[in-house]
Amino acid sequence: MTDVIRTPSVPKRSQRGTLRRMLRNPLGILSLSLLALIVLAAVFAPLIAPFDPNYADVGNTLADPGGQNPLGTDSAGRDVFSRLLYGARLTLLSALLCAIVAIAIGLPGGLIAGYYGGPFDSTSNWFSNMLMALPGIVVLLVVRAAFGPSVWISMIFFGILISPSYYRLTRSAVQSVRNELYVDAARVVGLSDARIISRHILSVVRAPLIIQTALICGVAIAVQSGLEFLGLGDPTAASWGSMLGDGFNNIYVQPSLMLWPALAIGITIGSLVLLGNAIRDALEDRRQIKAPRRPRPVAEAGTREPAVVDDAEAILQVADLSVGYPNADGEYTRVVRDVSLTIRPGEVLGLVGESGSGKSQTAFSILGLLPRTARILSGSIRFEEAVLVRDGEVDVNAVLGIRGRRIAYIPQEPMSNLDPAFTIGHQLTRPMVKLLGISKTRAAERARDLLRRVGIADPDRVMKGYAHEISGGMAQRVLIAGALSCEPDLIIADEPTTALDVTVQAEVLDVIRTMQRELGVAVLLVTHNIGVIADIADRVAVMRQGEIVETGPVDEILRRPAHPYTRTLMASMLVGKEPLMPLGLSGPATGAETSEEEDERQRALDQADMQQPLSPAAETILREDI
Amino acid sequence: MSGIILDVRDLVVEYKPKKLRAKPHRALHGVSLSVAEGRTLGLVGESGSGKTTIGRAILGLAPIASGTITFQGDDITRISRQDRRKFSGDLQVIFQDPYTSLNPAMDVGDILAEPLGVQGIARDAARRRVVTLLDRVGLPSSAINRQPNEFSGGQRQRIAIARALALDPKLIVCDEPVSALDLTTQARVLDLLLEIQQDTGVAYLFISHDLDVVHHISHDVAVLYKGEIVENGPAAEVTRTPQHPYTKQLLLASPVPDPTEQRIRRDQRLALKTSLDAA
Repeated sequence: MTDVIRTPSVPKRSQRGTLRRMLRNPLGILSLSLLALIVLAAVFAPLIAPFDPNYADVGNTLADPGGQNPLGTDSAGRDVFSRLLYGARLTLLSALLCAIVAIAIGLPGGLIAGYYGGPFDSTSNWFSNMLMALPGIVVLLVVRAAFGPSVWISMIFFGILISPSYYRLTRSAVQSVRNELYVDAARVVGLSDARIISRHILSVVRAPLIIQTALICGVAIAVQSGLEFLGLGDPTAASWGSMLGDGFNNIYVQPSLMLWPALAIGITIGSLVLLGNAIRDALEDRRQIKAPRRPRPVAEAGTREPAVVDDAEAILQVADLSVGYPNADGEYTRVVRDVSLTIRPGEVLGLVGESGSGKSQTAFSILGLLPRTARILSGSIRFEEAVLVRDGEVDVNAVLGIRGRRIAYIPQEPMSNLDPAFTIGHQLTRPMVKLLGISKTRAAERARDLLRRVGIADPDRVMKGYAHEISGGMAQRVLIAGALSCEPDLIIADEPTTALDVTVQAEVLDVIRTMQRELGVAVLLVTHNIGVIADIADRVAVMRQGEIVETGPVDEILRRPAHPYTRTLMASMLVGKEPLMPLGLSGPATGAETSEEEDERQRALDQADMQQPLSPAAETILREDI
Repeated sequence: MSGIILDVRDLVVEYKPKKLRAKPHRALHGVSLSVAEGRTLGLVGESGSGKTTIGRAILGLAPIASGTITFQGDDITRISRQDRRKFSGDLQVIFQDPYTSLNPAMDVGDILAEPLGVQGIARDAARRRVVTLLDRVGLPSSAINRQPNEFSGGQRQRIAIARALALDPKLIVCDEPVSALDLTTQARVLDLLLEIQQDTGVAYLFISHDLDVVHHISHDVAVLYKGEIVENGPAAEVTRTPQHPYTKQLLLASPVPDPTEQRIRRDQRLALKTSLDAA
């Protein structure tokens, strides 16, 4: 039996939470209460209204507010307040009808088209495009002419006209999840399509559907009132639009007649739009963690000697580096703690540890690529003569002057660091033109030469191509070429082979090794694989929970690991182990540490993992072209 | 040798082309393999070799052009979803990516109860079974009310394993179940899979690009290269004395933790590569 793994104690984000978040939003609660008020007024209109909406007191037309007519009377002597209440019924019901028709057509259409694709998808797309191209008001005028002044019929037609908005929304939402593995898993279990759609797919559509409905109802009210205002509605039914028309005709005699229906329409539509926004905000809201107001927390009093190893030969020196992420208590959770390391010219330093050990955060600190919420809390980073970080203060200019020129970066995900909109040639040459100031032709020549050196046989073809036309291993070679293009002295490679096959991994490591030897460049290689370290590194630093637990020459550390964690990492290698026998790793599993503090750190790192930085080359292009 | 549980004969899978009148993309060119009861067949190959496609075809998720798939004596090559439900209790899957294989909107209890519900097991019984399953994969029963995004990659993969185990299957297709994990987490998940096999006698079709992993967990190994099986046999034989040059490369490509030994390996691999390039 395996040990029970402790799980992080994160509060659950449930549907109820969404509602609560919405009610905490002042605009959400305001719009919701206004809408509730209007709905109640409409429902209880017969009880509240002092008069029948069509009861005309011809002796008392255009009366001022007051007396038995709290809001006055209109040009036919009808009570404005009563008509307003009854008008709310008509307006809300017509908006509801319109939304129901639109959903009844758009939702199933979108579900089927998105889930199955094929001929139904192309046909329904054609219909939806056609409906969107029709001029709505003109169609409604024709409908009025053909079917008479029924507000219901015109709203049914308006619902049909507006159904493509639901159709498109549903279709794209369904398309984005229909190939997700959890849908596949449901198919394997034998769930029917209907159940898959209702259990796994509808939930994706639900939230956008509610938001869309709030907005569509607003539009429907506007259109319906517009038709009534033009006098195209049913003259026997009280409606806000026709009241508005009456008020407009008597604007000089009794201006307040326009005010009430205009207010009613405005408030209803406004509340619907605000409600839609509030729902969206509530759904998108992640617990916002604000950075502590204090500039920096007090570092723990000197329990350790400052580890400033003043190695004159070192190209890079990191001393006592601590990196933190703000947490819910308004403090910083330290994910890197007092890390010190040095790299000499032409040396390969391997930084090894499990995910969550803070190894990538250390590398990003050197590159100045930490996520925005992260903060260097203490320590210094020196690259040759330039001080990038001094006592926790980052010198932004120094970092910008060095990143991409003197320190290059090879990322974990090669594909996401190549822009699909530009040729690979452009992405290789552009940084050279910008940073080295050489001509385009010379840059292209250099790029070709570099591609050939990283083992790409036909550089011209690759340079003309786009990211999607090459494999992952090829993309990583391209990024290595890009990293070398500005003749750096140090390359920081963050898990450069993790996303690749074993055979491709070996080849990419060959390329990095050859380049490193030929050009004498130093490499900081971040990985979780001890085998990769054995293959390429000269020295190794083992990281665990934000701290370096062991460091030294590879030959020494891997032969005689002193720290139990290093031994655990080595024990996880499968080579030479008895097949079909459990390895029985000692030590706690990832994320299974026992303290609350550990949970907190893990959460901060999870948050950090979501934000992989781009390579400087990719960033140069991005910044330039926006 | 015990009975054959899964038998795949001359399987050809073709994906419909995106463009009209283009040639269909043939992902598998007549693959044959079989898995014995209670044993593990490791299927190893590089990305694009079609190894994932084999798994998906067996599960009814890939378009089969020709060939047959027999599971426990029944032909399941082209059965409908409804008929597949009969087999879903015995044939299950663990996918590679623990982040997208669990519905982020459902809580763990509902995810694990889903296969039980399909088989018509009552809610209470299903709930009890879910607790047992969580315990089986080393997760606390409090996980039942949590959502997948609250778990780490390794823990999510445990949840996926629990879902696959829900109906006591006879065969689990494991599609790169440890490729997205750290080496230490990989070791722990492999331990769990081995334990489960010892306890329940389930058979695995274990798909991976890593020969070390396949060698560690499999009784038999098949090597897939460009949509065809190029080598096939007992794990020790295939991984110790590989015949096909691709298998040899694969074997030498995975690094060992000893630097000196790794240097020797690397030189052997480069020498092999040179000789292959020359040929």
